[in-house]
Parts: sequence; structure tokens; C-alpha cells
Amino acid sequence: MAKYSLKINGKTQQVDVDPSTPILWVLRDHLNMPGTKFGCGMAQCGACTIHLDGNATRSCILPVSAIGKSAITTIEGLSENGTHPVQKAWLEHDVAQCGYCQSGQIMSAAALLKSNVKPTDEDIDNAMSGNICRCGTYLRIKEAIKTAAKN
Amino acid sequence: MKNISNRREFLKSSALAGGGLMLSFSWFSEAKAAEKIASLNLPEQWSELTAYIKITPDNVIKILCPNPEFGQNVMTSLPMMVAEELDCDWKNVVVEMSTHDNVKYGPQFTGGSNSVRMYWKPLRNAGAAARQMLIEAAAQTWGVTASEITTKAGILSHSSGKSANYGEMAAKAATMAVPKDVKLKAPKDFSIVRNSKKNTEGVKVVTGKPLFGIDNRVDGMLIAMIQHPPAFGMKLKSFDATAAKKMAGIKDVFSFKLYDDGFEQGGFDTRTHNEMIAIVGNSTWEVMNARKKLSIQWEAAGDVKDTMSGRGGKREVTVPGRLETTSSQFEMMAEYAKKPAKELRKDGDPAAAFKNAAQIIERTYNAPFLAHNTMEPMNFFAHVQDDKALVAGPLQAPGWMEPTLAKLLNLPADKIEIQMTRMGGGFGRRAYGSYVYEAARISQILKAPIKLIYTREDDMTYGIYRPMYTATYRAALDSNKNLIGFHVTGGGIPENPIHANRFPAGAVDNYLADGWEIPSNITIGAFRAPRSNFNAAAEQSFLDEVAEAVGKDPIAFRLDLLRRAKENPVGKNNDYDANRYIGVLELLKEKSGWGKPENAGKKRGVAAYFCHNSYAGHVVDMVMRDGQPYVEQVTSAVDCGVVVNPDAARNMVQGAVVDGIGQSFYGALTHKDGVPEQNNFHNYRMIRHNEAPKKIDVHFVENDIDPTGLGEPPFPPVFGAVANALFKTTGKRYYNQPFMSEQAKS
Repeated sequence: MAKYSLKINGKTQQVDVDPSTPILWVLRDHLNMPGTKFGCGMAQCGACTIHLDGNATRSCILPVSAIGKSAITTIEGLSENGTHPVQKAWLEHDVAQCGYCQSGQIMSAAALLKSNVKPTDEDIDNAMSGNICRCGTYLRIKEAIKTAAKN
Repeated sequence: MKNISNRREFLKSSALAGGGLMLSFSWFSEAKAAEKIASLNLPEQWSELTAYIKITPDNVIKILCPNPEFGQNVMTSLPMMVAEELDCDWKNVVVEMSTHDNVKYGPQFTGGSNSVRMYWKPLRNAGAAARQMLIEAAAQTWGVTASEITTKAGILSHSSGKSANYGEMAAKAATMAVPKDVKLKAPKDFSIVRNSKKNTEGVKVVTGKPLFGIDNRVDGMLIAMIQHPPAFGMKLKSFDATAAKKMAGIKDVFSFKLYDDGFEQGGFDTRTHNEMIAIVGNSTWEVMNARKKLSIQWEAAGDVKDTMSGRGGKREVTVPGRLETTSSQFEMMAEYAKKPAKELRKDGDPAAAFKNAAQIIERTYNAPFLAHNTMEPMNFFAHVQDDKALVAGPLQAPGWMEPTLAKLLNLPADKIEIQMTRMGGGFGRRAYGSYVYEAARISQILKAPIKLIYTREDDMTYGIYRPMYTATYRAALDSNKNLIGFHVTGGGIPENPIHANRFPAGAVDNYLADGWEIPSNITIGAFRAPRSNFNAAAEQSFLDEVAEAVGKDPIAFRLDLLRRAKENPVGKNNDYDANRYIGVLELLKEKSGWGKPENAGKKRGVAAYFCHNSYAGHVVDMVMRDGQPYVEQVTSAVDCGVVVNPDAARNMVQGAVVDGIGQSFYGALTHKDGVPEQNNFHNYRMIRHNEAPKKIDVHFVENDIDPTGLGEPPFPPVFGAVANALFKTTGKRYYNQPFMSEQAKS
């Protein structure tokens, strides 16, 4: 076990966990922040996507010991009440079916738009293909990303 | 499926604590419901009965959704049906998931594309009854005749100029008699139903609120995982947990049996293995790490005798112990296919038709086991105490699990509370509750609240899969290329896929359907449109090939057969309505511009299918992209009767199309000596963003037919349309799924 001081959604949080613990489980089990989802545990599905210093990162394979001073943003911290342009676009296009993968999709999309304000279809495919949606909402996700890009 | 036709809902009103109206509802007979309600010491405990509708004095209208939500959007569509007849303003509606109580809320079953269909009348009746009571309350308050009062968007009005909102009349309405009969709106008067409403849980989803079972958390809760045998046909021999128990955060490691010997399993009690090792600790990561330290010996399980109850009555079955390998599964299927099959339907004289045929076309189609791969892996919370139990998590049909939980825990059913959480997908998988029983067993043994979590590997290798199927279709043509005989024979491990009374039964004079099954230890269950998801692929590919052989356009060929089935049907028990089937094909033809010169260059495949009381068809436009087939655009047509929430319905159909392309292109679970060869998304390929079509246009047949199913019907025909488009694109017919494995071989 080791103590870590983590910067999450603008707040500093202390945890005492095994250094190998992926940040996904630190968030879910130790900090009671279950918005970040467990899907595969091997960075293949994107359900666990968070931002590490603004970059989309799979939290299920990222040990807490590797975080250092980097700032973490989770779906809970993307906006106060779902007002981030990506979240608003998701609501406008009524994207979700089961909704389980959507926090990861939204985090990937938000990171994409931060680095590329006007992504092409190909840019979106490249940035988003690591995020599986089992319900098949890909078309709406793409439309929502384009709407968010406009705003 | 439970028979709900002999139940009549029973409504009861009461005052809401703090004033307001609460309308309760029961699906049991009036007498049974009265008994249940009486046991609650009315009226003091009325507030404990959660009702469908609650109207507060400040005009907040809370509507409960009775059915579990797994992405089919019932938390929006079912309350819309209540709100429609209540005639309230949708803006004032707040939706919550109901508690689990089959007496109060009906079947509470998500599956079989049944949610909207089975609640269509009862929920509208509830809304209409509440509206009537509000009108009566206003009539008494204003001293006018009830029939002179109108409602609109939650406002009661009288020609004298008097008006009030529902909240103002709610307390008085609670004292009115519940009307025995209410008049429901004609579809032309709908103002909420048929008008798209946003997902009532949308904000919670996009902000990451803890909606799902896996998000459950209570103080003192432990995390549990299970180590199951690595292969179908293996069982636990012995294990040493000394090292695992020494790991940080570990509370206990023990083996447990799910069912005792001779336990009578119901139809949805399917379980893959009976004895597992539970690893329980403080946190998920600690449990995962301790699990790796287990030293376990497995052994061949041999043949297992199980006692089954439920449909088919009590019977003993022997589950064979062999360790299956995919190549040997194909060999077994080929061997069984040669044996005489069980006749399922025969019209005319098919033997003579085939004997006299000028041409016979025969094709065989195969499809593999499929894993459901819900994005939220199986999980469940359980807190079993001496005299009661609470379980919470993702289940499609909690009421089916309740009797088994009661038996396993030796508790009366009314001491078991089941809480329904939003499900991160279901697709049929969560109609089977063995993971709930596992969680309950572990909690009972530990006497502690636990949350059982499957890893993705557990979820995929310890599944209740779509069966492996094969079918051979034969068509007999006379010298004028008329279809005079049709034969389908199908089988599977361990279930045969044949729907004997489906199209083209009814359209061919001489028809035979037969089937066979191979018992297996590989556990199978419902998977989005069970059996149909294979049949549509095979039958619709075959009809395409027959149309080609007789020189007809594929849509025209189907329409000719369907007109025959409509005007002069062959045999009895045809389970489809030829007219609605024709309607979907005609709409599809129109919307896709089928046969239009501007589409002449497109590589298009078409298929249509009937299942779950609805009709759906697709035209798939395919191109080659980077040397691989790619579905670029899809046009869909669906007849599911009244479409309650159109935009969400389009979302559902688009999702079914994407799912169908993905499963038919890539989906496969194979075995080597009983071990599943795929265990996570690196080797089980799922369709991804870049593989989804650019456009999916969805069109609904507009009619006033009571809603039929939607979650499943659009899915099966995707497989057939994809197969037919592959032929147009590559010049080669695809008979074996997944199609991209076949493509790789060519």
C-alpha cells in the first residue's frame, strides 16, 4: 500500500492503495466515482476513458503509481450539470441506448474536440474506434460530435 | 413467457402523503389484489404502495416505469403511454423506475420485444382512470357536470371559464371512485405518443450518475469474484487458497455449489458450472490479484444429470461431458444432418415435388456460437440475512429469479427484495439469473453484503450463448421455373433453429420443415431475436438465390410468394400476416429507390423478416473499401404498429442494423477442448465506429395497429441483406458466418 495525492476534477484527493491499482478502480472503489466504467480491463473497449492532462486515456490499465502530478478529469468533472458542449450534443441527438459506454465515448469525444475543433468523419473514426458501443449508436455519436464541434 | 391474458389490472386510488393523488395498480385478480392490499393495513400504509402515478399539489406528475430498462428506452416510452391518456403536460412528468412487485406492476419483464406491447392497454387505462378522477374532482368542486369538463396538457377547463391544473385537484381526486371502464383515445388524438420525447435518463447517462448494477455500493460491502472451470465439461477437483488468502484486503476464499443435487431448475436457471471458487475482499483490484494466486486442479466433469422443471414438466436430462472443439462440432452437425429429422410441418407432398422437379437448388448455411458481450459485465449485489434478503442489479426478468432465490436461500419469496437497476445492455443474456444466485449464495455464506463482478473474461467464457446452428434449404422448381416444393431442415448445438410456420410456409404448395438437436454442455439461451437471427440470414440468402435462379427481381419474387400466402394460403398456423409483410417490402422498395436507374450501379442486398409480431426489412448498399466489404448505407422499413417514441425507435433500428452488420461480419465464439477461444475484445471482434454505415434511413409503416415488438425484429433481416449484398459486391455467395472469416479464406 502507498499513499497518493491525486488531482481529480480540480480537487486533490488522497488514497492509500496498492501502487499497481489501475486508476479505474481507485475511482470506482476508493473514491466512489462510478461514472468511469469497467468494460474489458485491457484497453480494448474504451468504457473507462478519462482525461489525463486533457488527453483521452484508458484508466483500466493505468496504475495509480504512474499518475504523478497529472490532472485527471472524469465524466463527473467534465461539467457541473451536463452542460459541456459534448454532453449537450449527446442529449440533443438522444444518443444513448443502454448508456453504459457513453461516459467513455463522451470523454473520447471531448478530448478529440479539444485538439481538433473541426474533425472530419475520418478524424472521428480514428479518435473514436477504441470505444465500443454494443447497442450500435455510432451514427448518432458521430452526429453529436459534429454538433458539439459547431458549438 | 408468462400468460398475462387472463389477468385484469385492478386500480386503486389513495391520497398521497402531503396531499395529492396516487393511483395504484395490480395485475392480479381483483380478489387477490384486494387481499394483498388488505394485508397492508389500509389506509395507513397506502403510502408504502408505490403507485404508477403520483400527482402532487404543486402539479409534479411522477410516473413509474414498471419494466427493467436495458436500453430499449422503456423509461421514456412506457411513461409516455400513461401521460398520453392522463392528458398531462410532458414537461411536468418525472419518471422513476418502480420497485419490483409483480402483483402491483405486472410481469416486469424485458424481453421478447414485449414491453410496449404488453403494457400498451394497462398503462393507458391507468392514465385514463386518473384523468377521469381528476375530472370528477373538478366537477364536484365547481358544481358542474363531469362531461362538460375538458382536459388539455394537464389543465382542467369548463365552459364557465373555470380552470385548474391537475395538482390543484389531485387531493380531491384521490377521494373519487376509480372508474371501472374508461375510454381510451383514438390514435388520431395522440399528442404525446407518436411525438418524439428525449430519454428521461439522458442527463444521468451523460453525467455518469450511478445508474447501473455495477455502480451499486453500500457501507461495508465486499467485492466478490468467481473462478469457474476453464472449460465446458470440466469441474473443480481441488484447490489451495493459502497464498490467495494472505493477499492484502482478502476476506475469504471458498468453494460453493450453486444448486444442491436434484435441484429442480426452472427454464431460466441455466448455469454453466455448478461448483465455483469465490474470492471475496475489500476492493476489486485486490480480489483480482488474489485470484491469480489460487492453485486449482480441475477434472473432467463427465456426464451430468440435471433435473429440470418449468416448460415441459419435471424431467431428468443428461448433459454430456465431452470437451467440444469447433471442428468436431461441425463434424457432429454434418453427421446429425444425415439422420432422419423430426418433422415439424408438412404441406402437400414435398417428396413428390422434389422427385418431379426440373431443377433442385440446395444450400447449407452455418453460424457459430455468439457471446452477448453486454458492455456492463454480469454483476449483482446481494445482502442475505437470516430472515430476509436484498438483491440488486441488472436483470431482464427478476420475477423469474424470485422463486429460485427463495428456494436457494430457504426464505419466503416476500422476504426477498429485488431492486432493478438500469442494465448496460441485455440482448437476452440477463434473462438468465445464475449470477444473481451466485451473489446470493456468496452473501449467505459470508453473512455480509457483497457485490459480485464478472471480469470481461468471465463474462465471455462463462456465458449463455447464442447456439451454433446449421440449416439446409432445398427448393424444387418445375420446368417453368415455378417454385413447387420447399424444404428446410435445421439443427444446432444444442437447439434447432427452425420456425416451421414462418414464411415461406404458406406460400408453397409442397413444404416440409424438420429439425434435430445435439445435446451439449455448452450453455445457451436467448440472444436478440432467438433462432430468427440465424433463420433470417439463411432463409433470406436462400430466397435471393432462388429468385436469381428463376430470373426474378428479389423483391418481386418475395412479393409474389407473399401475395400467394395472402390470397390463397397453404396450410394452417402460418404465424405471419402476409399483408403487413407485403407492406414493409413495398415501403422498402419505395424508400430505397429499388430498381431505379440512379441506383443501378449500387451493390445492394435486400432482406425482410417477421418475428416478435413485427415486420422489418433492409436494403444494404455495400462497397469495397481498402479491399474489404463495407456497408456504406442502409435503408430500413419496419411495421411495428403504432410507434410510441419515433426518434428513439429510429435509434433502436439503427442500432439493430449496426449490431447485425457486426455480428454477421465478425461475431464468433469457438472452442478448443471445451475452452472458449475468445475471452476479451482483443480476440472477439466487435463492430466499431469506422465500420458502421455512414447513413441508416429508417422508415415506419404508418398504421393504427396496437404496438408490436421493436427491439428484436429489425435485427435478423440485417444478416440476410448483408449476405445478399456480399454476393453483389464480391460475386460470391456467403454461407458461413462470420462472413469476414469466409472472406479471409477467399
